[in-house]
Amino acid sequence: MSSGTRRRAIAFARRLRFYVIAAWSAVTLNFLIPRLMPGDPAQAVVQQLEVKNGQNLPPQTVEAIRKLLGGVHENIAVQYWHYLGNLFTGNLGISTGNFPTRVTTLIGTALPWTMLLMGVSTVLAFLIGTGIGALCGWRPGTRTDSVLSPLSTFLAAVPYFWVALFALWLFAFRLGWFPLAGGHDPDADPSSPRYWLSVLHYGLLPALTIVFSSCGGWLLGMRNMTLTTTGEDFVLLARAKGLSNTRVLFRYAARNAMLPQLTGFALALGAIIAGSVLTETVFTYPGVGSLLKQAIDNRDYPLMQGILLFTTLAVLVANFLADSVYVLVDPRTRAQGGDAS
Amino acid sequence: MSVLLEAQGLCVDYLGGERSVRACAEVDLTLRRGEILGIAGESGSGKSTLITALTQLQRPPAAITAGRILLHRDDADGGGTVDLTAADEKRLRALRWREMSIVLQSAMDALNPVMRLSAQFADVLREHRRGITKEAVAARTAELLGMVGIPAERSGAYPHEMSGGMRQRATIALALACDPALVVMDEPTTAVDVVMQRQIMKQILGLRRRLGFAVVFVTHDLSLLLELADRIAIMYAGRIVEIGAARAIHDAPQHPYTRGLRDSFPPLHAPLSVLHGIPGTPPDPADPPPGCAFHPRCDRRLDACDRRLPRLGPVADGRGLAACLLHEHPEEAPVS
Repeated sequence: MSSGTRRRAIAFARRLRFYVIAAWSAVTLNFLIPRLMPGDPAQAVVQQLEVKNGQNLPPQTVEAIRKLLGGVHENIAVQYWHYLGNLFTGNLGISTGNFPTRVTTLIGTALPWTMLLMGVSTVLAFLIGTGIGALCGWRPGTRTDSVLSPLSTFLAAVPYFWVALFALWLFAFRLGWFPLAGGHDPDADPSSPRYWLSVLHYGLLPALTIVFSSCGGWLLGMRNMTLTTTGEDFVLLARAKGLSNTRVLFRYAARNAMLPQLTGFALALGAIIAGSVLTETVFTYPGVGSLLKQAIDNRDYPLMQGILLFTTLAVLVANFLADSVYVLVDPRTRAQGGDAS
Repeated sequence: MSVLLEAQGLCVDYLGGERSVRACAEVDLTLRRGEILGIAGESGSGKSTLITALTQLQRPPAAITAGRILLHRDDADGGGTVDLTAADEKRLRALRWREMSIVLQSAMDALNPVMRLSAQFADVLREHRRGITKEAVAARTAELLGMVGIPAERSGAYPHEMSGGMRQRATIALALACDPALVVMDEPTTAVDVVMQRQIMKQILGLRRRLGFAVVFVTHDLSLLLELADRIAIMYAGRIVEIGAARAIHDAPQHPYTRGLRDSFPPLHAPLSVLHGIPGTPPDPADPPPGCAFHPRCDRRLDACDRRLPRLGPVADGRGLAACLLHEHPEEAPVS
């Protein structure tokens, strides 16, 4: 048994090593790409200020801004060293678009909104789609299946931004059931229950559009996997054993059909930040997606860089979780180096 | 010995709108308690369809369109006779595994790859013996695995951690979990090597002697059945063409197809000789030839064979039954 534990620990360490290397590459690319581009962050600030003031800045001011933002005069290796050091101390620099707010502060304010909206709706879409998909695949050809399966193909084909715009127009603009923009009631006190109710009210419509658009994909995937699994001999044997239908479904058919779904789910969680741009732009939601759009509009390189770093790391963490969870739920993936006798 | 299972005029069709395919046609079978009945036939002869129907495990589009399957229960189990084709799912569930269990061809596919062996024993034991303790489940699992020579500590293994032979023996042990009166086996030795095949056969015979269950054993390997079965039924194009004692099938096959099947396998303990196969290919079940389905390949064909469907009836010397015009009109038989 201890050799098994040891083997598992080695496999885990090997996986962890891969992710550390991947994270390092992401961090390094994140450092290099903006420096390969023409111009530098200071120049962007200078230009902004010049446009705002309508006149050229005096050279001393430009020099001061350069110093403030960590000038580009230093050797690139020294810069890289500072960059890594800053990362470890949680310093992602200062946003030029929201000068002089720190990038970490901006992301820290926006991230909970995105996590709440995108996280909850991704989980909901997964649960609803997978649940209904399992039922459709278990009893193919029933009325539920013959309506829902083609419908989800249709839904998966409708572009998300169209669904979101249409929902916003119909439910918020025409019917007035939901607010047009924002993440909470601006007049409510953040500690009052009214505030939290308003968070729910403001988040409901964007969340519903995400669930509506993405649960069809989960449904189809799960339906087809369940259908395939139900044809397997071990499901036939489970039925021959006289087990109840629900037991055969949950312990044998859907249990095994779930495995590819879980990988997809972990990856979808990783894509939350990147996927939030469209939703949050349409619904003017105060999350990381809106922040990224704003950063791009303002050519706010430090902020962009910070958000991209978060996005990359989120995908890596999600991948790592998917790998680790998969090993727990599918014993066959643990067999590396194990004997088969 | 009392009768355990009877199939009467059983027809199984694969429904497909206007073009349904009859995979089993008017099958009559009688199985006595503790008997090993072998069913042999080529691929596509309907033997696997027959056993899924006998165990009521057929899935759409397969459906039983005619006939009955009568299960005569032992007095110790409450007695009485159940028509399996008329029983609802609830009734069937109570009978499954306690009265009849199944061993499938590929043990790799028959065991759930993500469940430990012990869990796959535990769920069926719990299902049929409500309130059984954890210790009793573990003890029974160990006992069952012991019967097929698997050490009890292997019960914590996943299917992929076991060899093919061990997996197949585990599924046999699993089939015996609830002391069934009937174990249906669908080519259980096809996926293992000859040495393991022999060992499994020996175990099946030994366990049958100890526990007294009946076996329906389906295979395409007639020589295997000659050593294992008490009686053998030969299937061709969905029909039973001959049924009789294993020895009689071997020594004096009555149906030309049985003779051809027997002569296609090398005898294990005999000098080498030239083997004769059966010319031609099995008929398309969607479009069977008229009359006797075997007549296009038969070397003893009579004039009426492509018009008249022979009935399964007693042969001249009273040993078994055969469905062949040679036995309905022996005087017409050509001199061979």
